[in-house]
Amino acid sequence: MESALLYDRLQFAATASFHYLFPQLTMGLALLLLYFRSRSLLEDDDHYHQVARFWTKIFALSFSFGVVTGIPLEFQFGTNWAKFSNIAGGVIGQMLAMEGLFAFFLESSFLGILLFGEGRFSRRVQWFAALMLLLGSWLSGFFILATNAWMQHPVAYEVAADGRLFVNSLVGLLTNPWLFWQYSHTMTGTVVTASFVMAALGSFYLLSGTHQRSGRTFVRTGVVAGSIASALMIFPTGDGNAKQVFAHQPIKGAAFEGLFKTERGAGLYLVGQPNLETMTIDNPIEIPRALSFLVYDELYASVAGLDAFPREDWPDNLPLLYYSYHVMAGLGTILAAVMGLALLWLWRGRLFTARWLLWLVMLASPFPYIATTAGWMTAELGRQPWLVYGLLRTADGASPLVHSGNALFTLLGFLGLYLLLGLLFLFLFAETVRHGPSPEKLPSG
Amino acid sequence: METFWYGAVAFMLTVYIVLDGYDFGVGIVYPFVARTEADREATFAAIGPVWNGNEVWLIGGGALLFFAFPKAYAAGFSGFYLALIIVLWLLILRGLAIELRSHVDHPLWKQGWDWAFSAASFLLAFVFGAALGNLIRGVPINGDGYFFIALWTDFLTGPRPAILDWFTVSTGMAAVAIIALHGLNYLAMKCEGELYRRASSGGAAVWWAAAGSTVAMFVAISFVQPTLQLNVASHPWESLAPLTGVMALGGTLLFRRRGQDVAAFLGSSLFILAMLSNVAIGMYPNLLMSSVDPAFNLTAFNAATDAYGMAVGLRWFLIGFTLLVVYQIYAHRAFCGKVRPAVADREPIAS
Repeated sequence: MESALLYDRLQFAATASFHYLFPQLTMGLALLLLYFRSRSLLEDDDHYHQVARFWTKIFALSFSFGVVTGIPLEFQFGTNWAKFSNIAGGVIGQMLAMEGLFAFFLESSFLGILLFGEGRFSRRVQWFAALMLLLGSWLSGFFILATNAWMQHPVAYEVAADGRLFVNSLVGLLTNPWLFWQYSHTMTGTVVTASFVMAALGSFYLLSGTHQRSGRTFVRTGVVAGSIASALMIFPTGDGNAKQVFAHQPIKGAAFEGLFKTERGAGLYLVGQPNLETMTIDNPIEIPRALSFLVYDELYASVAGLDAFPREDWPDNLPLLYYSYHVMAGLGTILAAVMGLALLWLWRGRLFTARWLLWLVMLASPFPYIATTAGWMTAELGRQPWLVYGLLRTADGASPLVHSGNALFTLLGFLGLYLLLGLLFLFLFAETVRHGPSPEKLPSG
Repeated sequence: METFWYGAVAFMLTVYIVLDGYDFGVGIVYPFVARTEADREATFAAIGPVWNGNEVWLIGGGALLFFAFPKAYAAGFSGFYLALIIVLWLLILRGLAIELRSHVDHPLWKQGWDWAFSAASFLLAFVFGAALGNLIRGVPINGDGYFFIALWTDFLTGPRPAILDWFTVSTGMAAVAIIALHGLNYLAMKCEGELYRRASSGGAAVWWAAAGSTVAMFVAISFVQPTLQLNVASHPWESLAPLTGVMALGGTLLFRRRGQDVAAFLGSSLFILAMLSNVAIGMYPNLLMSSVDPAFNLTAFNAATDAYGMAVGLRWFLIGFTLLVVYQIYAHRAFCGKVRPAVADREPIAS
C-alpha cells in the first residue's frame, strides 16, 4: 500500500498544481477587468471597451481550463482520500459545499453574460457581470483557502467518539486566524500573476510595433498594479505568513529555512544545498542573524531548529521543501525588483521606449507562475507528515481499497491528458495574442 | 434533518441530470441532426451560455453529499474509483470541446471537437445511467463501510458484481435513449429551419426507444432489487412519482406531435425528475446498498455528519439555494427563445 500512497499524493499534487495555473490568472484578471470595464463606462472612447473585450477572451480561455481541471480536485477527496473524507468530511465538506453554492453558480451564470452578451446587453450590465465575476472568483478562493487553512491550523472542531472530526462553530471556521495572512498573500499573488501577464503582453506589442495604444494601456495597468501587488507580497503578507508559520508550525519553518540546529541569532540562507548526511547546508551564502530578526524582530532571539523536534514529525521531503521555499522567496524578490524598476521608468515617462526593460518584463512573466507553485509546495510539503496538522497523518487518510495499480493508471492518465491540455492552452493563448485586441493585423498577417 | 439532507442531495443531483441532461442529449444526437456548419454553430449557440451553469449542479450535489454524508461520499467515490476518474476525463474533454470549438476557424479543428463532444456526451449519459443501475442493484460494501468494484467481470449480478453487468448496461442504454429524447426536445425548442424539423421528427422516433427501455428497466428492477417496489407498495402516496412520470412521458409524445416545443421539453424534464425521485424515494433511507449484507448499507442515518453541522448547514443552504435559483433563472431567461443567427456565431479568436 506504500506505493499507492505515493501515487495518491503525486496525483493530487500534479492535478492541483496544474489546476492552479489557471485560477491564479483569472482571479487576478477579474480585478483588472473590472477596472477596464469601469473606465469604459466613464469614457466615451471605445478604447477601454475593446481592451476589456480582449481580456475577457483571455479570461474566458483561462477560466474554461480552470473549470475543467477543477472538477477532478473535488472528486479526488473521495476517490483517493476516502478515509480523510470520512474523518474530516464534516469540516471540509462544509466549505466545499458553500463554495459550490455561493461561488460557482455566481461565476458560471455571469461569465455566460459577459461572453455571449455583446450586443445583447448594455455596458452597464456587462460592468455588473464583471463585478459579479470578481466577487464569485474571490469568494471561491476564500472557501478553498478556508479549507486549506483548517488543514494547516485546525480550529473550531471537536473529535467524536469514533475519531471523526466535526465543526463546532461555522463562524470560527470562517474566521480562522490562519486564514487572514494566507488569503491576503494568495490573492495578492493572483494580482501579481495577472499584472505580469498583462504587462508582458503589452511589452510584446510595443516591442513588435503593433497595437501600440493597447500595448501602452496594458503595460501601464500591469506595471502599476503589479508593483503594488508584488511589494505587498513581501510585506506585510509574506512576512505575516512566515511569522505565523514559526508561531504555529515551527518544524515547517525550520525545515524550509534549512535550520538543522537550534540557534540564538540564527542566520538566513540565501543559497546552499541541504545535506541530510551531515545535517548542514553545503556552500552556504548566509546573512548573519537575519532569520532571528525576521521572525522575532530581535537579532539574538533563539530560533528552534529541526533538532528540537522528533524525527517522525519532520516533513518527509526536506530538500524539496527547502528549494520550494527558496525559489518562491527568490523569485518574489526578483519580481518586485523588476516591477519597481518599470514603475520608476513609467513615472519618468521613458518606459515605453526602454526596449531592454520591456524585454525584461516580458521574459520575467513565467516567474509569477513558478513562484506561486513553489509557494504552494512550501505550504503543502511543509504540512507533511500531517494531512490535518497535528490531528491526522497523511498515511492514514488515503483510500483503503484503491490499490497501486489503479492509482498509477489514473495518475498516468492525468499526466497525459494534462500535457495535452497545457499544449492546447499555449496554442490558443498564442492565437489570441496574434489576433490582438484591435482589428489591426500584424505585418506578417 | 437527515431526511431533509437526503432529499436535498437527491434533488440537486436530479436537477443536474435534468439540466446537464439536455446538453448531453444534444451531444448524443448532434452528429445525426446537425448536418451543415450553420446547424452545428446554432447547436453550440443553444448550449454555449448555459452548459457550464448546468454542470455546477453536479459540483453542488457532490459537495452537498460530501458535507452531509461524508461516509457515503468516501465509500462511494473510492469504490467507483476507475469509473469516476474516467467520468472526470470525459467531462474535461467535453467541456473543452464546447469551449474551444469556435476558437480556431479550421475544418479539422472543428471536426475533431465535434467527435469529442458527441462521443463524450454519449459515454457520460451511458455511465450516469449505469451508475444509477449500480445504486439500485447495490455494491459490495464490507463491514468497514468501504468497497472497491471492478469496471467489468462476467456481466452477471450477484453479491460480487462489477460496475457493468447486464442490468447496469441496460440502465445505461435506457439513460442514453431518455437523454437523447430530452436533448432533441431542447434543440427543437431552441432552433429553427431544417435543424428544427430533424430534431422534432427525431424526437418523436426516439420517444419509442425511451418509453420501451423505461418499461424494460422497471421489469428488470423487479428481479434485481425487489425492495424498491416494496417500499412504494407500503406507502401508497409514493406512487405519485411513477404516475407523474407516466403522464409526463405520454405528454411528451403528445406535445412533440403537436409541435408544442416548450411543453414537450418540460414533459421530458418532468419525466426525468419523476423517475429519479421515484428511485430516491424507493431507496430511502439508503444511500448505498450493500450487495453483501443489508446490515452494511450506508443510510442517511449511519453516514450523516453531526447534528451541529447539519443544522448550521441548513441556514446557509437555504440562502445559497435561493441565490442560485435566482442566478440560474436569470441566466436562462437572458438567453431564452430561439437562437438568433446574429449572435449564433461567437467570433473566433483566430482566422
